[in-house]
Amino acid sequence: MLTERDLELKSVQYRKALLRLIKACGAGHTGGDLSCLDILNVLYNRILRVSPETFKSPDRDFYIQSKGHCAETLFVVLADRGFFPEKDLETLNRYGSHYIGHPTRDVYGVEQNTGALGHGLAVAVGIALAGKIDRKDYRVFTLLGDGELAEGSNWEAAMTAAHYRLDNLIAIVDRNGLQITGSTEDVCQLSPLEEKFESFGFAVQRCNGNDIGELVRTFEGVPFRPGKPSLVLAKTRKGKGVSFMENVAKWHHGVPNDDEFNRAIAELEAAEAAIA
Amino acid sequence: MELAQANLEVFAATLLELARQDPDLLVVTSDSRGSAKLAPFAKAVPGQIVEVGIAEQNLVGVAAGLAAAGKKVFAVSPACFLTARSLEQIKNDLCYSDRPVKAVGISAGVSYGALGTTHHSLHDYAVLRAIHNITIVAPADNFETREAVRAAARLTTPVYLRFGKKRMPHLPQVEPGFQLGRASLIREGTDLSFLACGETVAPAYEAAELLAKDGIQCRVLSLHTIKPLDVAAVRKAATETGGVITVEEHSVNGGLGEACAGFLLQEGIHARFKILGFPDDHTVTGSQEEIFRHYGIDGPGLADLARTLRAKR
Repeated sequence: MLTERDLELKSVQYRKALLRLIKACGAGHTGGDLSCLDILNVLYNRILRVSPETFKSPDRDFYIQSKGHCAETLFVVLADRGFFPEKDLETLNRYGSHYIGHPTRDVYGVEQNTGALGHGLAVAVGIALAGKIDRKDYRVFTLLGDGELAEGSNWEAAMTAAHYRLDNLIAIVDRNGLQITGSTEDVCQLSPLEEKFESFGFAVQRCNGNDIGELVRTFEGVPFRPGKPSLVLAKTRKGKGVSFMENVAKWHHGVPNDDEFNRAIAELEAAEAAIA
Repeated sequence: MELAQANLEVFAATLLELARQDPDLLVVTSDSRGSAKLAPFAKAVPGQIVEVGIAEQNLVGVAAGLAAAGKKVFAVSPACFLTARSLEQIKNDLCYSDRPVKAVGISAGVSYGALGTTHHSLHDYAVLRAIHNITIVAPADNFETREAVRAAARLTTPVYLRFGKKRMPHLPQVEPGFQLGRASLIREGTDLSFLACGETVAPAYEAAELLAKDGIQCRVLSLHTIKPLDVAAVRKAATETGGVITVEEHSVNGGLGEACAGFLLQEGIHARFKILGFPDDHTVTGSQEEIFRHYGIDGPGLADLARTLRAKR
């Protein structure tokens, strides 16, 4: 099993791979990719009971990425976990490629086509409900952006999750506080999210969504309460890991120029050296 | 004509038969079990019905998730809400994601009559025809309903089933059997063809019987599958008979009529042709029967239209 230090190292390596990918294909949701990257790292390398060999098993854990626009991070992690050769990602966004700017089931390892916001939670609820009906012990994780919580369909699904006592469902909010226009609180106030989800019947835990140790401990504690769906309110920084991208709205889907790219990689290599 | 059951009731009964044979079959409802005639289903197999409340987006999303986990899912809601409010879920969560959910639009068209436009679905063929990977079916009578539900359950791709709620007559079967994507011949004739679907097949048949009294023999086809369209039957109707009238409980824009017209035009087949449906206008108020009559979707109205079309050079 990978240690927390191994995972920290992986996060830096994933960040480098992610930026190379976005730079190479000339597009990507860089800021959000970087904010949710540690979450995906911990899920796929420590928490999820799924692998390329078990991906078609009816007993696997499921991961639905509702914030589909951060597909690049998902692809980097899936490639590293062996779901497909990393080389395949050279075709990202190219004519005729299965690898596009959002997750699709044409990519091995992806459970559901996403991209339109406010869809993932309801689908995750359906899978979790089927698990309860069939008395299976798989779990369903879904990653939501904070900006996407303005979509009302999330709250419909949240009510259903609590109604059916889906404690096999774990929703994670990538709470980076920024969306394309600016601060989530300026665009349409989301706070207080913890109280909102609690009042909708979730057991909520906050954590630092860019801290490997906290993420591991939080996810190892699910379900937070028997009979309730879990919500992980993961406080993150958009652009995490690259100083000049952190918490800057313009990096929502910014692509670094050569100079920015080189500076970012240099920062990450310094971070990698510090861990190793 | 003597009336049998509402197609909706036959749908519910057929679904119960299927559910009893297959514990993986689930029905998802949005506070719609009563209007969908599914109360007996809920009583008989309570473990096979999932209620999500008045939340149609959620209905389709949850149905997609259940299907992702291997369940055979029928998601049931009034057609007006199912195909408008949750259209994005149908497009992305079902069709794009290859989840073989059967989306069932109940009380479709103007079944809700005087409840008004909020409750009418005159757009559903048009929007769903433009979405890839969904079969669109509007059965004409009880027989077609039963067969369509069973066939849809066997399909491993998404299906939209559309039902009205009024009692329907049994229609004649010139050729036995039922197949999705193949028009059912209700009446043979060569003077003119009525190509209809859903609850408009019965008035088309009634019109054909009226015209027969004047010696005009009309072909009546139930094009129960709007997509994929039985283009061979459309071609034969246009080339073997003196003209085509399409009839649908839907806007004239984007429905069965335009599907037929688009096919014929691109094939270079020129026939006397009329699309009868709902004009691009606010819908007149009244009961379903009154609304049908207002727009000429009844036996006498369709017979008059046929005479007018035949008189055209």
